[in-house]
Amino acid sequence: MATSPRRPHRRAVRFAVAATAAAGVFAMSGCAPGAAAPTATQNTDVSTELTSEDVTLTIADETGFPVTDELTAEFTRQHPNVTFDVTRDTFANLTANAPKLLASNDPPDLIRLPTIGDTVRDGLLANLDPYYDAYGWDAWPDSQLAPLRMSEDGVRGSGSLYQLGLGYSITGIFMNEAIAAELGIDEAPQTIAELEEDLATAKDAGVVPIVAGDKDGVVNFVVQAAMNQYADKDEFLSWMFNEPDATYDTPGNVEGAELIEKWAKAGYFEADINAVDYFTFVTRFSEGGGLFAFNGNWEAANYQSALGDDVSFFLVPPAEQGGDHVAMGAANSFSVAAGSDNMDEIVYFLNWIHTDETARQIVVDVTGASPGGDPSLEQPTVEAGSLIEQALAMAAQIGEENGQVDFMANTTAGIYSGSIIPESQLLVTGEITGQEFVERVQAFYESEIGG
Amino acid sequence: MSSPSLDARPSAARDAGADGPILSVRPTRRVAARATARRAALTGWILLLPALAAYIGFVIWPLIQGVQYSFYDWNGIGLAEWVGVQNYVTVFTDPVLLGSILNAFILIVFFTVIPVTVGLVLATLIRSIRAGVFSSAAQTILFLPQIIPLAAAGIAWSWMYSQTGTINQILGWIGLEGITRSWLADYATALPAVGLIGSWVLTGLCTVLLLTGIGKIDTALYEAIRLDGAGWWREFFTITVPGLRQEIVVLVTLTVIAALSSFDIIYTSTQGGPGRSTLVPGISIFRIGFTQSDVGLASAFGIVLMVLVLAVVLPIQRLSKAND
Repeated sequence: MATSPRRPHRRAVRFAVAATAAAGVFAMSGCAPGAAAPTATQNTDVSTELTSEDVTLTIADETGFPVTDELTAEFTRQHPNVTFDVTRDTFANLTANAPKLLASNDPPDLIRLPTIGDTVRDGLLANLDPYYDAYGWDAWPDSQLAPLRMSEDGVRGSGSLYQLGLGYSITGIFMNEAIAAELGIDEAPQTIAELEEDLATAKDAGVVPIVAGDKDGVVNFVVQAAMNQYADKDEFLSWMFNEPDATYDTPGNVEGAELIEKWAKAGYFEADINAVDYFTFVTRFSEGGGLFAFNGNWEAANYQSALGDDVSFFLVPPAEQGGDHVAMGAANSFSVAAGSDNMDEIVYFLNWIHTDETARQIVVDVTGASPGGDPSLEQPTVEAGSLIEQALAMAAQIGEENGQVDFMANTTAGIYSGSIIPESQLLVTGEITGQEFVERVQAFYESEIGG
Repeated sequence: MSSPSLDARPSAARDAGADGPILSVRPTRRVAARATARRAALTGWILLLPALAAYIGFVIWPLIQGVQYSFYDWNGIGLAEWVGVQNYVTVFTDPVLLGSILNAFILIVFFTVIPVTVGLVLATLIRSIRAGVFSSAAQTILFLPQIIPLAAAGIAWSWMYSQTGTINQILGWIGLEGITRSWLADYATALPAVGLIGSWVLTGLCTVLLLTGIGKIDTALYEAIRLDGAGWWREFFTITVPGLRQEIVVLVTLTVIAALSSFDIIYTSTQGGPGRSTLVPGISIFRIGFTQSDVGLASAFGIVLMVLVLAVVLPIQRLSKAND
């Protein structure tokens, strides 16, 4: 009697042992998963002439980015033999799936790719250097293309060109002019100290000083804006570009984070900030929910249509009166797949976006972003006095002052969701100090870069 | 096992020894029987093949691959590097990952204890009311949350939990403005709040399953205990709960697994925040594997999670058989 119930048990144990052993042998047999990167075949034989044959180009883009629809439609209108197949997925899904899409047998010709990550090392992206020479992109501002380059050591900021932007964004502060007038604020703050005075004025009057959300991390526009004014710009950039030994834990970054800590404790953010996502954040400011919102040119058209003339857009002021401005800005970066069958055609399309008059107008009209490219080209026309006009002027000013920095969320593939968002949630509710915030993000950075 | 009993004899010995004489007496019948048995076995295996192939292809093989990946540093695309048990060391030393495991265990209270307890009480109550429109309406309403995808439940509840959401409105009506807050933004209430979404979804399942279980209990038992003068509580603990032991074990197993491997409710409501107060292993594994592209560490954490689930669930199974 005792043997029968024990038998299946023993069999199960034997099976488990065998399975584990098999897995162990398999694991240690040295047949490591993955494949070595294909040796880069430099495509030096590039053409800047558009084919006359029928061709369909595939683009993998994020949802809610309508500019690719309008650009592709216009391109097909001008060149009927070229049609497009645009597939869309949410930003988070696309980012997570990008390496696998690029490594597939039939990769999209063009893909929205916010962080290059390991894709260059794995040989998944087309090196655009031959086209850079062929099309004469050396006339474009270096600062615009630097974040789109990566060296052989995997450091961004220099090396070969792997991406181009469909519009180059700029960030700043949107101010609700109607609320400002009620509070007696009649002009944009010129220094951080003046900004703080305005925040205190709003708080005292029972107005939300800064409309922000941090369920999905958008408050980091405020966090980084504060850091930008105190940090050494090049040092900060070297960290975002993953240069060896670069650190986030610098006195300037700590000072910026401590400013946010101070604002959190002063009640300048709303109590439910960590439950507010990007959409709610935009809606709240559009409905007159507070004095300031830190955001980018891409919302300029939306805010304008919601608030009419009662909204202005300006650069985050420097710490000292008369100091240079520093602002986050980045290309809406797209990469060409190394496995693309239509490389000449897709790069022709990218070049066209930067040079064709209609295309540049579309980029400005739809995204409110600067179209980039050769600064000597005629700028698209925009409505006088509009937020988009202000945004283009801000982008030009940042270009002149050489004050553009990348978004710290683009530093590594995992740092935003893995560290910056959860730690900033703690920072903007006063749960940790600015020093702790900086140390924790740096610790995560080291584990990700080192691991 | 030191003294071999008859039925534990090695089959080889049986074939060689005892079967020999029988075989010589009635060889044809024996051979025919064996052939039939062999054919039956073969048919069995053939019938089993599709399911077995699917199981091996989609469960066993990925599991073995997962074990293999867990010993490598691999981004999912490029060449992997052998790192031994380093990934497992990270899982057991990283306070963030350990914290997410702790959160998953706290969720058992909301995914298992509350739904099973409430389900037991509701099932008993529904049994006691006469079968009719009200009873079936009650069952339908209770089961409704079960047909809503968990992801949708997470989104809907995050609206209700917001500063201006339904929960705070109701609290306002009954004079409790003092405790209103954005429930998912508050460090102390976020985990219980997402846990209660799970309770809401799973209570219906528990009630309906327990109700069918109650239907199978011999009504004579209820009559007998009532004749003995027992009240509701006595009846509940003496007849209903023991009679439902199998159902309860099934539900506890299902809901504990749901708690430990939860993902969708949290992904759509808080994404692990605020801070890391609602971070669970499912979210961590997803981020590490797909956002950070650290397939090795994600696999190791996945294997650890699987072992944890088994370690919790297997003793529960044993419990159900112990008194049979």
